Amino acid sequence: MLRNLLKSVTTRNLRCSIKNNGITSNFINQRSIAPLSTTELALKEEKVKVTFVLYDGKKLETEAKVGDTLLDVVVNNDLNIEGYGACEGTLTCSTCHVVLKKEDYDRLPEEACDEERDMLDLAYGLTDTSRLGCQITLTKDLDGLEVKVPETINDARS
Amino acid sequence: MTFKLLKRAFNSSSYRSGPQVCIVGAGPAGFYAAMHLTKKLKSVNIDILEKLPVPFGLIRYGVAPDHPEVKNVINQFTKVAQQPNVNFYGNITLGKDVHLHQLRQHYDAVLLSYGAEEDKTLGIENEDATNVIAARRFVGWYNGLPSDKDLKVHFVHVMLTYLAEQQLFLVKEMLPLDVARILLMPIDELKKTDITEHALCALSESKLKEVYLVGRRGPLQVAFTIKELREQLKLKNCRTIWNDKDFIDVDKIVPDLPRPRKRLTELMLKSVNENQALTDDDQTKYFKPVFFRSPNKFLVDNNNHLTGIELTCTKLVGDKLEEQRCVPTGEKDIINCNLAFRSIGYKSVQADKDLILKHGVVENNKGIVEDSAGLGKLYVAGWLGTGPVGVILHTMGNAFQVAKVMLENLSSTDNFNKGGFTEIKKIITENNSNVIDWGGWEKIDKFEKDQGKIKGKPREKVCSVEKMIELAKK
Repeated sequence: MLRNLLKSVTTRNLRCSIKNNGITSNFINQRSIAPLSTTELALKEEKVKVTFVLYDGKKLETEAKVGDTLLDVVVNNDLNIEGYGACEGTLTCSTCHVVLKKEDYDRLPEEACDEERDMLDLAYGLTDTSRLGCQITLTKDLDGLEVKVPETINDARS
Repeated sequence: MTFKLLKRAFNSSSYRSGPQVCIVGAGPAGFYAAMHLTKKLKSVNIDILEKLPVPFGLIRYGVAPDHPEVKNVINQFTKVAQQPNVNFYGNITLGKDVHLHQLRQHYDAVLLSYGAEEDKTLGIENEDATNVIAARRFVGWYNGLPSDKDLKVHFVHVMLTYLAEQQLFLVKEMLPLDVARILLMPIDELKKTDITEHALCALSESKLKEVYLVGRRGPLQVAFTIKELREQLKLKNCRTIWNDKDFIDVDKIVPDLPRPRKRLTELMLKSVNENQALTDDDQTKYFKPVFFRSPNKFLVDNNNHLTGIELTCTKLVGDKLEEQRCVPTGEKDIINCNLAFRSIGYKSVQADKDLILKHGVVENNKGIVEDSAGLGKLYVAGWLGTGPVGVILHTMGNAFQVAKVMLENLSSTDNFNKGGFTEIKKIITENNSNVIDWGGWEKIDKFEKDQGKIKGKPREKVCSVEKMIELAKK
């Protein structure tokens, strides 16, 4: 598990450092700045509570490890969210779309990078506080986080 | 496999009492529907029939080879297929090996999800010229689709053109930029992907210098996604040259656009303004989007080889962006080129004589096609029902939606006594003794991965149906 985590942290940093050479980096991505602290926290196996609220109002409450992404949480706890994380956290789909409360969105340590926004632009029910679950890494501060999982129905198409 | 068999034997008594569902087409729509059905209805038995001996449809044959991450969804589909109450039967063609009325006779529900495999034509002069190629077939060729492996593409000349239909504010297929990227990408990068060997060989000898992307409407109506454009703009040794005139006043409209269209347009504008700063060398290739042009006719030499395209210039009329119409201005333009790809959309084929298609899709109401007494209900999901639009996410949403409707109908009765594949197998094996099951696919899969390992790529696809069958039967 720890090895997986380290691996995912490294690949994510790599990914973002590559992708930040992008043509429209009109904001700075924080991700590459503080990778070590995440790992340190994970070593202590700290747990936080996370709740996924499905489109029909059903709540999936779960305990998650600090340092895991929301996608990790869904996969590791075998949460029943259909089709979630099709590309397995490689920023090439938007099936792990979540909607956060404004105050949670604002306090996330990392802003969405261009590639995440590109995928969000294809999601159904995009909001100003939308993020991809694979890009939200849990910190101790986020204990009690509640996110909405929008329906994947094709109402965006005519 | 043994475990699965045991599990199936152990559980089989409980499945006999559940509904028998047949899914035709093992692409994303079929697998997502199966995922939903098995999750919500434990007693269901699902048989997925597929024309090819191998599963995954456009995930395997449509997704560009340099996008391996997109194919990760195969892992989810594999989990679905490995459930004891889901069966894959490959190398079975609807309308040939088995007929729709037979499936409906022996299943409680039949879901058609065989996609849209035929490309639409422009219907203009000389469209049959050598080197006027359907982009869809070209994609099949580099991705190893058996029916396209022998496509003749002559890379002898230097220019290329692309024709892309644009539809307003609609996520359409990403084909144009996928093809342009594969054509312009450094060969060393392609080598590491699962692109077929024959395509790699042909592309490495190509002297191609320029790719035009021709669109009928303007930059505000482009149909590619921002992700594809970003990749295109980042390609090594490739310079994108826009026509500044196409972007007049576009910046004034940008602030009022919805976020996805806004970000896409901003990325184009940024690239338009950056262009001047770059320096070229003899390795540089060029990508040239050309807007407001509609193909009038292909120009050919005495041997019916393509030499160029005559285009009609167009403009958009109307005040509201959403209601603008595209009309010809009367002016003409010519692009000299020796290879052209047509990508103006696909349509589905009529696989079975009992099936009625209108405008290239099977008409349906929330996925329901037909409901006649005594026969299994007929449903449609994916591109066959929606038309060829959207990315995997959209197909997923549609498949879940249709599966939900199927569930409601299947749950309203508990009287299930259809024979399912036991009966269908009798019909199929009269003329076809090569039904490939999941175990067969696993053998093909392993072979492809082993072959790939030798060449330093994720897999080397087997491109012939005969070879696939031979491997599966080993």
